[in-house]
Amino acid sequence: MTSVGDLAAYRAVLASRMRSQRTYRFNFRLDLGSSLLVGIVELAEVAVLYTSVHRIGGLDLSAVLLVFGLADLTYSIADLAVGHCDTLPTYLRAGTIDVFYLRPQPLLLQLITSDISLRRLARAGVGLAALVVGLVVNDIDWTPGHVAVLLLAVPCGIAISAAMYVWAAGAQFFLVDGAEATNAFVYGGRYAATQPASVWARPLQALFGFLFPMAFTGYLPTVAVLGLSGPAWLPAWLAWCTPLAAGWVWLLALGSWRLGVRHYQGAGG
Amino acid sequence: MRTYWRLLLAGIRRQSTYRLAALGGLVANTTFGLLKVAVLFAAVRAAGGQLRGYDVGAMSAYIWLSQGLLGSVNLNGRTDLADRIKDGSVVVDFLRPLDVHAAAITTELGRSLFNLVPRGLPTLAIGVLLVGMDVPHGVTGYALGAAALLLGLVISGATVFLVGACGFWLVETRGLQVFYLVLSGFLAGLFVPISLFPDWLRTTAALTPFPSMLMYPVDLLSGRVVGAAALGLVGQQLVWLVLTLAAGQAMTRAGRHKLEVQGG
Repeated sequence: MTSVGDLAAYRAVLASRMRSQRTYRFNFRLDLGSSLLVGIVELAEVAVLYTSVHRIGGLDLSAVLLVFGLADLTYSIADLAVGHCDTLPTYLRAGTIDVFYLRPQPLLLQLITSDISLRRLARAGVGLAALVVGLVVNDIDWTPGHVAVLLLAVPCGIAISAAMYVWAAGAQFFLVDGAEATNAFVYGGRYAATQPASVWARPLQALFGFLFPMAFTGYLPTVAVLGLSGPAWLPAWLAWCTPLAAGWVWLLALGSWRLGVRHYQGAGG
Repeated sequence: MRTYWRLLLAGIRRQSTYRLAALGGLVANTTFGLLKVAVLFAAVRAAGGQLRGYDVGAMSAYIWLSQGLLGSVNLNGRTDLADRIKDGSVVVDFLRPLDVHAAAITTELGRSLFNLVPRGLPTLAIGVLLVGMDVPHGVTGYALGAAALLLGLVISGATVFLVGACGFWLVETRGLQVFYLVLSGFLAGLFVPISLFPDWLRTTAALTPFPSMLMYPVDLLSGRVVGAAALGLVGQQLVWLVLTLAAGQAMTRAGRHKLEVQGG
């Protein structure tokens, strides 16, 4: 059980992290700038592709803006909050993770609150801009059902994306040097989330539609609110099951994390 | 010359110790490759089988060759030089009877060449077996492709050296490195082939050394560009090779005079 006092400790740590990032003003601005550039380049990639062909996988440029906006906004927010779980292999190799084991706080919470990357706000801004433009330029029938799908999509999308980092962190305890193998799914998942899932072959639909339910963060809500049908395995009504997808991937994440934490035996020294 | 040959071998050996990392990289290349096959093939089919000169076979070759070269072409902007300038150990490099610039590029080339084996070839094999792709035409096609690849790797090492060498003046080059990371991949044609760019963006890309690192070798190795046009691309590579190497020499010389190491 977490008492109020414990929460205050986490708050203090997070506040100090945010302050420390803003202290080096020039570097912070540079970080914000480069993070913004990353977001713009990713959007440019989508724009280049969808202006050279009008329709890919049943979506045109304005529809894919909605997919990109939802997926990238939610992923960037998750990245802001838990993205630094990526650095776990560094702690593992150096043995500094041992300190985490000694403190009377849950390991995962410590790792998550050990940092917060404010620079990723800029990237979330690009996602938000794409989402707003997507909502304006598409001909959306604003029924209560469609509004509900969108309102459900944002928090569930953040939860799904965050869970991807957590299961990957759990797997790092086993892989250490092979961290790039999980990047295939974490960052591959991020890339997949901005694509129309209708172009995927069955194995990819199984992988990024269900095992790691990235299609639920952008594609499915989009086809649902635009009144499209979606491919056979990923019909539009599945957009209503986004909370289930989030629940499933968090089960996977916490399971992986538990296995990893138990597997760890210290780096000596 | 023998010293540099040894440095090349040392670069290869150093990289060969990270086997699990190479396997991880292979998994990443394959996943990204399959995702790109899905979306880019759909784009080619939506365009009626031909998208700006790319059919399915050429697109497949582009995807798997570019993914396979990802371990060899340095598109992340990170260099040993940047770290060695920051902590001052570059002083030791200057004391050695070696050209700091040439030594850094040779070591980087060793790393690049080694990575072709555990990451490049298996990625290509997976692409050929799962999807199928175009290959060069005849012996000259392969020879020209191999030459373009080698040139591309050296240009990549020479350009990334320039980012690190800015550290002589800036000390902290992380910001520059991140800008390099973002722009190089896009302009090198890693995300979408630069033939798909609008005209102004394609011209912009051609005015940077980035397409010479990845796009041009891929164009030649896939047999998409042949004859005089192929020689033209190699010519552009040679120009960038000379420019980046000359800039690196000049910066190393100037940086040596500027270098200031704190502490004792």
